[in-house]
Amino acid sequence: MPTAPAGTLYRGREGMWSWVAHRVTGVLIFFFLLVHVLDTALVRVSPEAYNAVIGTYQTPIMGLGEAGLVAAIVFHAFNGIRVALVDFWSQGTRYQRVMLWVVLGLFVVTMAGFLPRHLSIVFGGH
Amino acid sequence: MSTQTAIPTPRSPYARRKTTRGNFELYSWVFMRASGVLLVVLVFGHLFVNLMVGDGVHAIDFAFVGGKWASPFWQTWDLLMLWLAMIHGTNGVRTIINDYAERDATRGVLKVLLYLAFTITVVLGTLVIFTFDPCPSDAPAELLASFCTA
Ligand code: HEM
Ligand code: HEM
Repeated sequence: MPTAPAGTLYRGREGMWSWVAHRVTGVLIFFFLLVHVLDTALVRVSPEAYNAVIGTYQTPIMGLGEAGLVAAIVFHAFNGIRVALVDFWSQGTRYQRVMLWVVLGLFVVTMAGFLPRHLSIVFGGH
Repeated sequence: MSTQTAIPTPRSPYARRKTTRGNFELYSWVFMRASGVLLVVLVFGHLFVNLMVGDGVHAIDFAFVGGKWASPFWQTWDLLMLWLAMIHGTNGVRTIINDYAERDATRGVLKVLLYLAFTITVVLGTLVIFTFDPCPSDAPAELLASFCTA
């Protein structure tokens, strides 16, 4: 396997960067999920243990982490649909670049719906 | 005697090459796309209910989980999400290990670790959903869902 492939049309353009972002977000979500199942398993230890650990998730810093996690999954999800459309839809490859802009548009709209709500919960007292 | 030329069965499946290891990579490629579509619904629903509705993250505590897992609907939802996300994510990370770990030994070790993490997480997560008791009798009532005392 060559470690430095020769330049291709594909390399360095939107297609490559969306692939890199898809890969990075996928790994991130995977590791989150391993930890997430462990912390949820604390409900089998005791209500006190679960509440103590979940309490640390309700701090402003973790709130920002949750926002980042949601951003990662929203991008991965929409771009994953785009990847599937490129593969299965007969016009998919022709519109792959347009679809990336649609993905980014949907990403912005979704985050615009989510962030104000989540951040006001996280930073809004309690 | 009728002379016969061997005509191959018209609909014999197309094979680019004779495979010796089955079509595992094809199935896993299809699975990534099919599970992805389902996960959009499952994960977005999960995030919406746990982060957007009511008090969002602030509402999450033992009683909140008790309220959700008292219902077979959310048990099934979470079980499906657990299995699909773990198989999808493990298969994705397997691809990435194959891409970057070039030495056989490194690849072997990383995959053993990956499958170990997969097994532990899926078994633990499944057990938690099925053995969960929303109203443990030795716990203070104010930490439990309201239906425990009713
Ligand atoms: C910050 C965001 C998140 C919060 C606050 C959160 C919260 C929770 C809570 C409170 C539970 C307990 C049961 C329930 O409510 O259904 C749970 C379980 C679960 N969550 Fe999340 N979650 C988040 C993100 C995610 C993501 C992104 C995934 C998928 C990749 C996920 C997958 C799961 C699974 C599979 C379970 C069941 C665990 C088990 O079987 O023990 N969660 N989550
Ligand atoms: C929310 C819905 C999701 C959709 C629509 C989706 C879609 C996809 C698709 C279509 C692929 C294949 C990409 C390719 O073959 O080039 C993929 C790869 C991947 N996904 Fe997801 N996925 C979702 C959720 C998740 C979750 C919850 C995790 C983590 C537990 C995850 C982790 C990964 C990883 C690690 C890869 C491999 C990336 C690579 O090979 O570059 N995905 N996803």
